[in-house]
Amino acid sequence: MAISVKVMRRPDREVSYLRATLKGMALTFSHVFRRKVTMQYPEQTEQEGFWSLSPRWRGTHRMLTDEQGRAKCVACGLCPQICPANCIKLIPGEDEEGNRYPLIYEIDEFRCVFCGYCQEVCPEESIHVGVHYENAEYERERFVYDLERLCAQTHPVSTLWDPSDPKGE
Amino acid sequence: MSPELKGLLLVASLKVLGLFVALLVGVIMVVWVERRGSALLQDRLGPNRVGPLGLLQNVADGLKNFIKEEVVPHEADKILFQLAPLLSFIPAFLMFAVIPYAAPLPGFDITLPVLGRFVYEGPVAMVVADLPVGFLFIIAFSSLAVYGITLAGWAANSKYALLGGLRASAQMISYELAIGLSLVVVLLLAGNVSLGEVIAFQQRTTWFVFAATIAYMTFHIGAFAETNRLPFDLPEAEAELVAGYHAEYSAMKYAIYPLSEYAALITMSAFIATLFFGGWDIPFTRWDEQVATAWSAEAVVRSALTNLAFLLKTFFFIWVFVWVRWTLPRFRYDQLMFLGWKVLLPLSLVYIVIMATAVLLLERAGVPHTGRYGLWLFLVNVPLVVALVWGLDRRRVLAGTVRRVRVEA
Repeated sequence: MAISVKVMRRPDREVSYLRATLKGMALTFSHVFRRKVTMQYPEQTEQEGFWSLSPRWRGTHRMLTDEQGRAKCVACGLCPQICPANCIKLIPGEDEEGNRYPLIYEIDEFRCVFCGYCQEVCPEESIHVGVHYENAEYERERFVYDLERLCAQTHPVSTLWDPSDPKGE
Repeated sequence: MSPELKGLLLVASLKVLGLFVALLVGVIMVVWVERRGSALLQDRLGPNRVGPLGLLQNVADGLKNFIKEEVVPHEADKILFQLAPLLSFIPAFLMFAVIPYAAPLPGFDITLPVLGRFVYEGPVAMVVADLPVGFLFIIAFSSLAVYGITLAGWAANSKYALLGGLRASAQMISYELAIGLSLVVVLLLAGNVSLGEVIAFQQRTTWFVFAATIAYMTFHIGAFAETNRLPFDLPEAEAELVAGYHAEYSAMKYAIYPLSEYAALITMSAFIATLFFGGWDIPFTRWDEQVATAWSAEAVVRSALTNLAFLLKTFFFIWVFVWVRWTLPRFRYDQLMFLGWKVLLPLSLVYIVIMATAVLLLERAGVPHTGRYGLWLFLVNVPLVVALVWGLDRRRVLAGTVRRVRVEA
């Protein structure tokens, strides 16, 4: 008993050896003259408008600051709590007026899975994932971003998905 | 040493050296053509960073292979494992020895300082070895190439490699027949087995692609199988056999296989150009056929231009190989065997009979070997090609898998 094979009945011109082959070759040859999709990255960049990132892109973090240049973080501890990769290290401190602030705030970008939960959970809208991808460093240690570095980032921050506006309009 | 012997040695060594260097450079260039060409066909740019236009990318990749670790499987047959890459590399280069690549240059009688007098009588044929048995040489060595592949599959002691090697040998046997039989038609027409004579005959009459179109088709299809290129790269078949016959090879021994594949690709393209497209013949002119007796600028220009014509034709077929590779998917194994044994073999047999009859009738009628001889043969071929392409299509007479499955069901 032979294995039953579903056989498509196609017109002769599609199953012929030579004609179908020549037709296919004409099609592939027409692609030689089409516009190439390759983006030549270091020469062509996003800034020059060769491509654009989604506003919901989740890259390396950025801490927003208030008018005095201090981090908006109040060391509530929600982001290290929700972080699935356990990459946020937070040691809270308190000043004389009783305001909490982060003594140490470090994100290990190698452990981070860029889920964006930290941004989502932050009550002060201070920690954000960024629309950014050029993160190369010469040493591993440099990938642990401390508070100062997080505040110094200037790239745009990610816009999280809004259920009431699913298409981002 | 007599001046004649010295002249002979000089000519021979220059030709061998020149051709060897040209082929090695050619292989690197063809890899470049393949990579950039495939990119073009896929709307990409391909490697364009190393060197101008990415030309040095393959040199870089080759160097990388030299510094990589050589792994020899513990259970492998050590001697055969080392030998197999060479066996596939050498035939591809040897085959080129009988291909004439330009119009002959005149002989010479020169006296060099220190080395003395060199004499070479008569025209210097632009071919490494002007063998009287050129054809047989080709057929013999093109089938030798498969030993490298089969032995690689056997020596590696791995099931995937073995399957690849077996497929290679089965495929080679099946398509060698079609190739051999299509060459018979060329022999019938040219009446000589020397490739120089085949070119001369094409210059007198017409290119064999017009005089023996179906033989050309069969040969070209067979050439794909012979060089293990898609759509017939069953021995490699990475989707089912890991990497086929060279699955166990690493470093430079691995790199030899693609290199010899590309060398065979160049050689096959040169053969197609020589056998069916007039070799170094420049079309629509008789000027290139004159044989120079004395050195002159014309003689040098003639050799250079005919060489250029040969290179252009060869390059075109290299491009066709690349083009087809990135157009067609791989055949299934039974389809491959079906096409080889049940389509190409009977087709070329029937074609031999038809062409032999045509040649016999033309000889009886006393048609001289000129353009008219070619025209008559062309007229014989036109209906055959029409019948093949539109009439004898798959599903009608040459039913493919579709019908066989239906019969079983």
